[in-house]
Amino acid sequence: MIYLDNSATTHPHEEVLRSYQKVADVYYANPSSVHRFGSEVERLLQQSRTQAAQLFGVHSREVIFTSGGTEGNNMAIKGIAFMHQNRGKHMITSSVEHPSVMEAFRALESLGFEVTYLPVDSEGKVQPSDVSDAMRKDTILVSIMSVNNELGTIQPIREIGQIVRPFPKAFFHVDHVQGLGKIDLPIKEYAIDLCTVSGHKIHGLKGTGALIVQNNVSLFPLLHGGGQELEARAGTENLAGNVAFVKALRLLLEKKEDKRAHMSSLRNQLWHDLIENQQVVINSPKNGAPHILNFSVPGYRPEVMIHALGEEDIFISTKSACSSKEPDVSAILQACGLNSDRTTSALRVSFSYENTEDELRTFVQTLNSKIEKLQATMGR
Amino acid sequence: MNFDHILIRYGEMALKGKNRRSFEQKLQRNLIRKLKAYPATKIKKTKDRMYVLLNGEDPHEVMEICRKVFGIHSLSFAVKVEKSEEQLKEAVLLAFNDAKGARTFKISAKRSDKEFPIPSQELNPLLGGHILQNTEGVTVDVHHPDVEIKVEVRNDAAYITAQDYPGAGGLPVGTTGQSLLMLSGGIDSPVAGYLTMKRGVDLEAIHFHSPPYTSERSKQKVIDLAEQLSNYGNSIKVHVVPFTEIQQKIAREMPEGYSMTITRRMMMRLSEKLADQRGILSLTTGESLGQVASQTMESMSAINDVTNYPIIRPLVAMDKLEIIDVSRKIDTYGISIRPYEDCCTVFVPKAPKTKPTKENANYYESSVDFSQDLDKALAETYTIELQDGKRLHQEDEFKDLF
Repeated sequence: MIYLDNSATTHPHEEVLRSYQKVADVYYANPSSVHRFGSEVERLLQQSRTQAAQLFGVHSREVIFTSGGTEGNNMAIKGIAFMHQNRGKHMITSSVEHPSVMEAFRALESLGFEVTYLPVDSEGKVQPSDVSDAMRKDTILVSIMSVNNELGTIQPIREIGQIVRPFPKAFFHVDHVQGLGKIDLPIKEYAIDLCTVSGHKIHGLKGTGALIVQNNVSLFPLLHGGGQELEARAGTENLAGNVAFVKALRLLLEKKEDKRAHMSSLRNQLWHDLIENQQVVINSPKNGAPHILNFSVPGYRPEVMIHALGEEDIFISTKSACSSKEPDVSAILQACGLNSDRTTSALRVSFSYENTEDELRTFVQTLNSKIEKLQATMGR
Repeated sequence: MNFDHILIRYGEMALKGKNRRSFEQKLQRNLIRKLKAYPATKIKKTKDRMYVLLNGEDPHEVMEICRKVFGIHSLSFAVKVEKSEEQLKEAVLLAFNDAKGARTFKISAKRSDKEFPIPSQELNPLLGGHILQNTEGVTVDVHHPDVEIKVEVRNDAAYITAQDYPGAGGLPVGTTGQSLLMLSGGIDSPVAGYLTMKRGVDLEAIHFHSPPYTSERSKQKVIDLAEQLSNYGNSIKVHVVPFTEIQQKIAREMPEGYSMTITRRMMMRLSEKLADQRGILSLTTGESLGQVASQTMESMSAINDVTNYPIIRPLVAMDKLEIIDVSRKIDTYGISIRPYEDCCTVFVPKAPKTKPTKENANYYESSVDFSQDLDKALAETYTIELQDGKRLHQEDEFKDLF
């Protein structure tokens, strides 16, 4: 099997699974319980928070464990909206965000909030000057992803942070689910108030992740109850998941430069090999994130390509798995202003540091032969 | 271009005549220990300054650490450059940008290398002009600038020094002796410990633990507080005294109205004995006048009566809100407000005497012999050591999980 859909999810690292199993098996007490077993487990919970904080370069008060990216994004966006609506009801995001951001904003619009969706250029990039122009006195939130999930475009987060910083009423949220480990994102230095990360994109487990919330930022909780997670997210803690998330994070950051260099070289190789086929058009920007390469084979329905490759045990995707239920057109590529030939035929290859050059070579050969075979029915 | 060293000014300790050498050595040693995580850094001492040579380590991270070290009056980023106009221009702009939000500046150039072709009167407008060209809305103010940038052209190179950052002040920890801090889990005692350390004192701590009336969590809270405090000084030993039996005996045999006073007196006696064993010459407490029943003038007198050790009370004249401000600043507040019982809250009498007398306390105590209980508690005391925010000599049972 050649698995090239790592932006959808990744294979859990065996050490992550081992940590999860051990904590679930041994430290199963409720950390809120008064007895000694509970206090031991509470200590482990505190340690997992401290460790996560260290890895993100923040204070342990600033880490809220979540169930993953969708929850983190919803918690940040709705949490800010509900908590600070008396300061203003205007918010800014881009037109290429993940559905968990996009739909959260749409839902808030239906409650009377006003949202500006910034345009992007042909590479999917937000222009900092557009953010400047959109900022208003009543803007309470700017939410921009660090790395686009379909194209791998890296957004100018540092510049946007500098634009938002002087507005005392506005918070800056970054959906860092695709960027985690792939690019550096110094949270304090970039003036990021809220940052969403997820475990299962980094060889961790589904249902794990965190929202980093700077100390001075207050959120309206989505879940009320026993006051867990620093009053921000009630519910008995998923301690095994939290520990597993920290483990995945630590493994990810080990030799991170080597891993990135490996992925970059895979991406370069793939880029080179793909463009030899005249029918392939690359959609990703040259200087995108090291793990995503998006391209179109105009005329060929992506779903058919996916299934054809699947027959050979090769797994890639069309667009974000989270929006794959819609018809073939990619809203992200549409927002980039690409023509319908390309927006309706986009494929995404996303790798991890575990993939090899050989796998990618096999992938390109298989792709080429499938294109040839399908020529009769789909090619122009 | 980035800053390649940090300039450290001593402040008060510069006044300390003959002791100065040992003060400097202490400061240097404390800095080296705190910067262990940045192995490329080197500390250089000159006549009246100290420099941290960064050798490629992150300037801001190192600055953050140095700013917590006692004995430093102020610090500045600095950069050493070649003696060329271009390099000087780049360096002054770097130095200006370090002062976030500065609207006015002043350049003070000094040229000790007379070979250098541009005299200092010309350097000021030349370099200042470069900043003006590369910024918006910034002006020169030679009298009250937001930031003063110092330029020194010496024989070996040119040195540019950016704005002053205030240091933690005080004296280098370890220069003024040792004290035993009576550490509860509350807000006050860690602040008292911090302020004492600021005056150069090396701390050990004593904590009274009364299981099952107080839980593991309340002990952990104290360890976490000491761990946090150890970020500001040298290692801290926490001596945990098993206090249950003494508290039970007091509750059983002493009049209720005096139980609080007598409990405190027992703690004081134990602290003095432990300090004596350890060769420590003073005790430190978080008492603040009038805050609670045990901290009235009468109570303090009755409690203080059992020892003639000097008792350092840095908070005695501070308001609660001032104390809380410090505790937030030093990051102990969040730990202190965890809701676990400590040994002082378990046996609180319904109506403690706010005006006890030492005569009465002595009279009640004379009817019962506590000396063996005190010796036993001391014999069963165990010690936990913390350094630089970590617990030493501890098997980390969770380590393989992360």
